[in-house]
This record gives sequence, structure tokens and C-alpha cells, in this order.
Amino acid sequence: MASENTNREKTVKVDYLTRVEGEGGVYVRSEGGELREVKINIFEPPRFFEAFLRGRYFQEVPDITARICGICPVAYQMSAVHALEAALEVIPPPEIRALRRLLYCGEWIESHALHIYMLNAPDFLGYESVVAMAADHPQEVEQALRLKKIGNRLLAILGGRSVHPVSVCVGGFYKAPHRKELESLAADLRWGIEASKETLAFVTSLSFPSYTPDYEFVSVSHPNEYPMNERRIVSSKGVDIEPEEFERVYLEEHIEYSTALHSSRADSGASYFVGPLARINLNLDKLMPQALEAARTCGVSWPCRNPYMGIVARAIELIHACEEALAIIEAYREPASSRVEFKVHAGQGCAATEAPRGLLYHRYRIDDRGLVEFSRIVPPTAQNYHRMEDDLKAILPGVLNQSEAEIAQVCEKLIRTYDPCISCSTHFVKLRLERG
Amino acid sequence: MPFDARPKLAVFKFSSCDGCQLSLLNLEDELLSLVGEVEIAYFLEARSQILPGPYDVSLVEGSITTAEDEKRIKAVRKDSKYLITIGACATAGGIQALRNWQDVAEFTRAVYATPAYIHTLEKSTPISAHVPVDFEVNGCPINKMQILEVITQLLEGRALHLPSHSVCMDCKRRGTVCVMVARGLPCLGPLTRTGCGAICPAYNRGCYGCFGPLDAPNSDSWCAQVMKDGMQRADMVRLLRGFTGFQGTFRSASDKWEKAT
Repeated sequence: MASENTNREKTVKVDYLTRVEGEGGVYVRSEGGELREVKINIFEPPRFFEAFLRGRYFQEVPDITARICGICPVAYQMSAVHALEAALEVIPPPEIRALRRLLYCGEWIESHALHIYMLNAPDFLGYESVVAMAADHPQEVEQALRLKKIGNRLLAILGGRSVHPVSVCVGGFYKAPHRKELESLAADLRWGIEASKETLAFVTSLSFPSYTPDYEFVSVSHPNEYPMNERRIVSSKGVDIEPEEFERVYLEEHIEYSTALHSSRADSGASYFVGPLARINLNLDKLMPQALEAARTCGVSWPCRNPYMGIVARAIELIHACEEALAIIEAYREPASSRVEFKVHAGQGCAATEAPRGLLYHRYRIDDRGLVEFSRIVPPTAQNYHRMEDDLKAILPGVLNQSEAEIAQVCEKLIRTYDPCISCSTHFVKLRLERG
Repeated sequence: MPFDARPKLAVFKFSSCDGCQLSLLNLEDELLSLVGEVEIAYFLEARSQILPGPYDVSLVEGSITTAEDEKRIKAVRKDSKYLITIGACATAGGIQALRNWQDVAEFTRAVYATPAYIHTLEKSTPISAHVPVDFEVNGCPINKMQILEVITQLLEGRALHLPSHSVCMDCKRRGTVCVMVARGLPCLGPLTRTGCGAICPAYNRGCYGCFGPLDAPNSDSWCAQVMKDGMQRADMVRLLRGFTGFQGTFRSASDKWEKAT
């Protein structure tokens, strides 16, 4: 996995990043004790979604884009329907907006519970996996599984199943849930709010490396709601734009060593940061009351620029998602119609929504028969790669004297804080270190 | 019990969305007891510990789309007593098999600014096109109860078996009124293998074939019916070419009717 040769050049390779979704690696090269090169290699094979979407009927798009990611299919469905509704000038009524937020809450609960306990917490506690962690922390692991199950049940009630749910369409839902079905979740969600607060107490008790770079945080923003489905895009460095301007302000580039595209600021070429930490930093006051109270009293000062504390942000969002899901369910009345009618016409539209791991942008152009002519999908992980490499460039010089296994662990721990989804971004992780 | 000791289980990923692996982690009520019954020896998404092969049971997710993966699946086969494919990508080529009807070089140009950086095969193919497979679990995604059933069958030394009737039977059991008969909606249910629980018709829409085609369905009759109900041929070909479109009857029927246009 690593080599050291006589010319004082050293390389470290993490061949497969573990506890991330999808596959990729890291390549690190140093010379004479100085860091020369860091690359996050994505070797997840390309699947060409943007190419084969051409010629498909617009109503198939949410079903197809869901298959980009088995962990966050709802995010792909949401960005797709919002972008296509922009193209078709469809404005869904408030009851459909609320059901979409409820569906998204289900995915955030399921995905955050998975990442906090099963993928990320073992890093802080020194376990290789949740399987190993379960022996010493059975209560936490059981709590994680129950939280995850609540998220998945919510997805299954709204969408028929938790992975690749079937109910989302342009215009609304194929079927709205019955009030009784949703009410059956209320007690679990009340438990979920308390369990999420315990989760927050658990993650704030962990020890975090001190590292606070000057990130540009980017997220969706809405005047009255915590960002999920709509609409403007804002950053900690003054960006405040409509989604139509996203491709002008943020660029995607194709890097030789990667099947994923990398994103940067178009003007400066600088990296930026999307995800739960960005969302809370930019939208703290929009959190639901109990989540806001928890965020203010958990001992973290906001804005927080320590990427390792992404796990804290996820726990706060876990409280938020349980709280908001419960509020939506309590206010729910079955709508007269689960979807709005509209006329198909040619058009172009784009939208950004907040996947569990960050901002997800879609743009489509359709013809007058409703067939897709063009699509562009910018996943959250592709936007974070550049930032992850910048972080590794900042962190690694301090650890280059350590063993390869330790360097690999430093890389993996940093990368996992981003909850990367490699399957998504390929259109991701393995460490390879060369040092001299 | 066919295994002398706690069997070593491996989970391998090829070209896919990770959704079928996730279905294993979604066995919230059964996960901890499952971990007691099998040793999770290789499962990159779930744990950092990697135990060397050979493995008693390998679950394989994803389709083969690169020359490197063509080699890797052969090594996986060599290392595995039982090789079981999980999901539509591994059993049918997946949604990425839509490239199989197109020019992949053009696809690469469409998605990547520098196509020369991308190395990919012309076709996305199921695992069985490359190595012998002991059992296939269908679905996009798989049904977690089906994979649990198959693992239980393996642990107890029973023959590997999953039901193979059509989605239609499940609609009857579920009490869902037929969306084709009652509403004229095009529904792949009559041609599609059971497994999902007939979700789509219960959500007011036609089945779109996640679990793949039955072994020998009457696709001519189905095609005639949906066209009689007003579906255009091009739309029908597109419906047949979904998440399992490169498999069996879906593939042959879509090819036949595409040529007929």
C-alpha cells in the first residue's frame, strides 16, 4: 500500500476508502518531507446518466435519477421534479410542498442516522466499524438502528419503499398518504426527537481535531424555512443568487484522475463547502424550535468552521427532521388531489435542493413532446472534492512523518466527515501515498 | 448446516448506486443477529476491516462496465464458494445498460469535457455474462426480506429459491384494482417477476419492471394490449427499456418493436 524509495520520495495510497458510499481512493506524494501532491481518485465507473436521459419522457426522470444514489434517491427525485416544474411552469400547492418536505425529512433521518453512528462515529471512538462498536456501545447502536428505521418507515409510507420510492412525480405525488398511516409514526417521531437530542449529546462529547479553515459555505436558502426544497443559493462569502445563476458562479471541471467532475468558484477557482455544516452556518435561525435550542446550548459556537464537527451538524439536523416531520404530520389533511394537472410544452428549468450531504443542482431542457433534450446534474460530493483536497493539503504536512497507516487514517477520517457519496459524484476513496 | 464454521460473507460492488448494499444495512431489526450468524469479512461500505478470501458467500452488486472490473469479477468468483448477485445492475446490467443501444463514445463526450480521461466498455453487462453465478436476487432495489431469506436458506443448507410469479398475483393478493384493466394505464406487471410487493399499482401507476422479466411471459399479447389502449410504439419501447431493459423478454420485445417502427 505504500512505498519508500532511495530518492527520498514517498507515496501513500489508500486503495479503497471504506465506510463511504461508492468507491474511490487517495493518492499522496511527498518529497524530502514536503507534500507535493494530493489527489482524491474516483474510480467508480461512469454511468452516463446525463447522456441516456436524453430522449426519455420528463415524467420518467425522477425514477431514473433516483438510481444515481441508493442512499439519497429522494434528493435526486426532488431536484429533478423542481427543475422540471420550473421548465413546465408548474407551481405545486402548499400541501404538496409539505409532503415533499416530509419525504425529505425521512431521507435526512435515515441518511444522517446511518452516517453519524455507522459510518462516522467509529472514527472518533477508535473502532473499525459499527460492528466492532456495537460490542461496547450497544445502546447507541440500537438507538441508531431505531432512528434509521423511523426514517425508512416514513419513506415507505410516502413512497412505497425506502430505497427508490415510487410515488414522486412532476406535479406532486402519484398518491397522497392516508392520515392514519402518517399518524402511526407520531409516537416514534416524538421518541426520535429525544433520541436525536441524546445523539447530539453523544457526538458533542467526542474529541475533535482543531482545524478551522476559511471555508466558503454554500447552501440553499429560503426566507421562512430551513433549506430543503427551495430555492435561492447563498454562500458565507456573499453569494445570493437564483438557481439559474448557479452554473455561472460555480464551475464543474473534469480532472484526469477522476471519473467525477470537480466544482469550484468560477471567478477565483476557489473550492467551496456544501453539506449540513454549511446549512446550519447559513440558516441557523430557520431551525425548528427544539433543534435551534439544542444548537445554541450544545457548546458549539456558530458559525462553526471545523469540518470534523459535521457530525454535530448532522445530529442537530436529525432533531430538526424529526421535529419538522412530526409538525407536518400533525397538520396533515389529505389533499383533494395528489398532483396538479399541467400542459406539456418545451422549456428549460433548473433547481437546487438539499440532499443529506449537500446542495444538489439539476438542469433540464425538454422538447414540445416532453422528451429530455439536455440534462446537467451537479451532486454534492462532486462539489466537495476540491475542498477535501484543499483540506488534505492543509492537514497532511503536519503528519507526513507518521506511518503510512496513520496517514491513511488521517485522510479517511477527514474525507468521511464530508459523508461523501461516490456513486453520486460519478458521473469516489483508495489512499495512495508516495513520499521521499 | 453446509458451513463448518461461521461463514465468511463478502459484499462486492461494481457499477451501481449502492442501494442494494444499503438494503442489507436497512435490515434494522435483523442486522445484529445476522452479524452473529455470519462473519462480515469484506464490506467496504460498512466496515474498514478487510479479511482475505476465500469467502463462503459473496454478494455482488453492480454491473460490469470497465476492463478492470471484467478482471476483478473473475478474481471474486475464484475467491467465492457461493456467488450471489444482488439487484438489477448485477443481474440485468442496470439502468446504465441503456448505453448498450447507443454509441458510448458519444455518451462520454456528452458527459465529460475530456473524454480521453474516461475508460469504459461499450456495454454494461450482468455478472452472469462474465462468470458462473450461483443465484440471482432481482430488484431495483432488491427487497431486503428476499436477501434475508436467501442468506437463511444458505445458512440452513436449503435449496436457494425465491418465488417467480408475476406482479399481477401480488396485486390480487393486495387487493389492488388492476390499473391496466380499470384505467388503461400501461403496466409491466403482467411481464414482471414478483418481489417488490406490487407497489406501483397500489400508488396509482403502472409497474416499471424493477424485478426483471418473467422467464417466459407473453410479451406479444402485452404489447398488443398497451398499444390498443393507446400507447405509442416508441413510448412502449422506452417503458420496456428501463432498469432491467437489457434482460430477457424486455430486451427482445423492445428490439422487435423498435425495428417494427
